[in-house]
Amino acid sequence: MANQYHACIYITLRPSVLDPAGVAVESGLKQMGYEGVAGVRIGKYIELQLNATDEADANKQLDEMCDRLLANPVIENYCFEISQLVT
Amino acid sequence: MKFGIIVFPGSNCDRDMATVTQGILKTPTRMVWHQETDISDIDIIVIPGGFSYGDYLRCGAIARFSPVMDSIINHAQQGKYVLGICNGFQVLTEVGLLPGALIRNRDLHFICDRVSVRVERNDLPWTSGYTTQQVVRFPIAHGEGRYYADQDTLKALEDNQQVVFRYCSETGEINSENNPNGSLDNIAGIINQQGNVLGMMPHPERASDASIGGTDGKAMFESLLAVNLVSC
Repeated sequence: MANQYHACIYITLRPSVLDPAGVAVESGLKQMGYEGVAGVRIGKYIELQLNATDEADANKQLDEMCDRLLANPVIENYCFEISQLVT
Repeated sequence: MKFGIIVFPGSNCDRDMATVTQGILKTPTRMVWHQETDISDIDIIVIPGGFSYGDYLRCGAIARFSPVMDSIINHAQQGKYVLGICNGFQVLTEVGLLPGALIRNRDLHFICDRVSVRVERNDLPWTSGYTTQQVVRFPIAHGEGRYYADQDTLKALEDNQQVVFRYCSETGEINSENNPNGSLDNIAGIINQQGNVLGMMPHPERASDASIGGTDGKAMFESLLAVNLVSC
């Protein structure tokens, strides 16, 4: 029987990729007085719900979704958290 | 010889392209809707500029899964020509027909300009109408055109001479001042290892008619037709 899961997916630029938007935001924060801020990197956050037989199946499906569409492995890394929805 | 121009929801350079191939070069041209799957009548596939599927998620990411794409991959694997311009280049990297990725411009701005581009080699069907190291003027219009690849991929591209176009100064020098978007190695256009798939951010189709400010791009299409006429 299928269970429903909720997934929070975090997509971040790989460390080797320059993130000019992150640099601009960091500079903005410093101008506001937060001088100790460093290493600002801007990523994406995606939420979704999915049906899966169990947690392992949900992980497998999410890995596939991320590898095939949600993230581009050339420039991005991803990770996700899942929780089972009570029906 | 027949051109096929792929039309996605959000493509906006498809008609410019047809104006060049059909209008100026008088070559048969067919507009190919993204849901078609039979493109066997086409010799040269062009994936034009624009914002396919709104460029949601990442540029070209969703276009990659459109019905026509398997046929384009097949077309390329047969050694037939595939040209991706601007958004088309982004689609070709997303689909894996070309290595690397196109990401947000270094200075975050959308750039709409005419820039100098150096033709790195003229021993290709794409560029036989130019001289090696010739400096041409092409329009660019993109927000996400910074070419990126990891060091190994970049080295392979350079070792195999897969870089066809580089941003340069008016006299052909390659430096960071004349790199509009921050592309690695000033890369503006690359081919695959076989040489039949070309992706480029500049718009040769917008530089093919003297009445709109230049004809440096026309030689690229003429090169392609000349080579193919010989082989036919």
